[in-house]
Amino acid sequence: MKSFLSVLGVLIIIAAILILPRINNVPKLDEALNAAWAQVDNQYKRRADLIPNLVATVKGYASHEKEVFTQVTEARAKVGQITLTPEMLNDPKALEMFQNAQDSLSSALSRLLAVSENYPDLKANQNFINLQAQLEGTENRIAVARKDYIKAVKDYNVELRTIPGKWVAALLYPEAEIKQTFTATPAEQKNPEVAF
Amino acid sequence: MPLFRYLLGFALLAFTLLNAQPAFPELTSRVVDEATLFSAAQKAELESVLENHENNTSNQVVVVTLKSLDGYDIRDYGLELGRAWGIGQKDKNNGVLLIIAPNERKVSIEVGYGLEGALPDATAKSIIDQRILPYFKEGDYFGGTKLGVGAIISAIKGEYVPYEVESSSKSFKFSDLIMPLIFLFVFIAGPVFGKKNKFDVNNIIPALVLSGFVGFFTWVMFSILLLSIMLSIIVFVSMLFADPTVYENSGSGGSYSGYSGGGGFSSGGGFSGGGGSFGGGGASGNW
Repeated sequence: MKSFLSVLGVLIIIAAILILPRINNVPKLDEALNAAWAQVDNQYKRRADLIPNLVATVKGYASHEKEVFTQVTEARAKVGQITLTPEMLNDPKALEMFQNAQDSLSSALSRLLAVSENYPDLKANQNFINLQAQLEGTENRIAVARKDYIKAVKDYNVELRTIPGKWVAALLYPEAEIKQTFTATPAEQKNPEVAF
Repeated sequence: MPLFRYLLGFALLAFTLLNAQPAFPELTSRVVDEATLFSAAQKAELESVLENHENNTSNQVVVVTLKSLDGYDIRDYGLELGRAWGIGQKDKNNGVLLIIAPNERKVSIEVGYGLEGALPDATAKSIIDQRILPYFKEGDYFGGTKLGVGAIISAIKGEYVPYEVESSSKSFKFSDLIMPLIFLFVFIAGPVFGKKNKFDVNNIIPALVLSGFVGFFTWVMFSILLLSIMLSIIVFVSMLFADPTVYENSGSGGSYSGYSGGGGFSSGGGFSGGGGSFGGGGASGNW
């Protein structure tokens, strides 16, 4: 009897050790997720802020490429209309709309840069070189922020769906919901390119 | 005793899983020359410039040359490497990583969060294009790296004040102690406050296992090595004098030798990252 009790005691202690440190995991992971989202949003905004300058610079050398400028300006305006608050992250539709708007801006921007390839004077312009470096850096930051956000969502969802986090959430955080995340864009699914 | 055997197995398994490392080169010094582009003297010269700079400003600049990017984009690789190594001070994220992949003919400057203002992408790009690449195109890796490192340093100089003199890496708060103390108490209260407290040979095995267990868990939970070693010693000593009737069957266990919990996790001397993080700032180029 005594040894049975001590084994039971040890089991209870182990359960306590496993659960007690995780009591705050759900709100902590939720906050981490919100912070990661803020970073995504922030980097997308930063890209949108670069665009007027970039368009003005390209216009100075390639004023007759009107179609591309319209596309970029329209796509940017659309992006500006959609804001996603952390509360909307549970909604797959809102996230998809956000994603689509950003994707169409990405493709308009790559068309703009492709057009600039035809103007050697533009490519040699220091202002354009700087803007291009900033745009590349921002695209890279967006990729990083998205990756971090996807990971934050994964951590959060795993905590909500596995034991003991599931028990803790059911007891203490019944309002917690599984969050949506990005689907990989075609560019992200592409294999690493080989340069010769 | 099967319970203890199971616990020990679990602890050892968890330990192996925690120590799994990604396939990055090891951070041995401020110049990690995996592709052997530099002679010993050149490496030492770069290192002394970088060390000097870190001592004066606390910014960590690290140069790494890679044999292969394993098919990854250099910016991706650089970000993960910078985060894995923790280049830069933890509270300032002031690390810069200069990555050279001569076989892919690619170079990249990865800038930590804290230095993105001092070393913006456009500056990083112009350092690569104007200082580094002209030399690399001629095959002069040392020349390009030296000039590039000099340009990076002059770009970020003066952004941060030097280390405070008595900065210890981990400040120890009493609140960190409360949870482990509660666990410790729950663990050993039963046997230790039993009726017949005297030294007993039969206690050695449970004492070893329990102290290892406590040491392991406190280490995993609080990452304070010293604390977990102390706790596991306390548990070990107290268990030696525990009331043997609580563990009636302890004599029949197998032999567990050589496992002392919590020990052996200390990292070696030499250079290490300060725990800084990266957010994708910087630029890259190829030649």
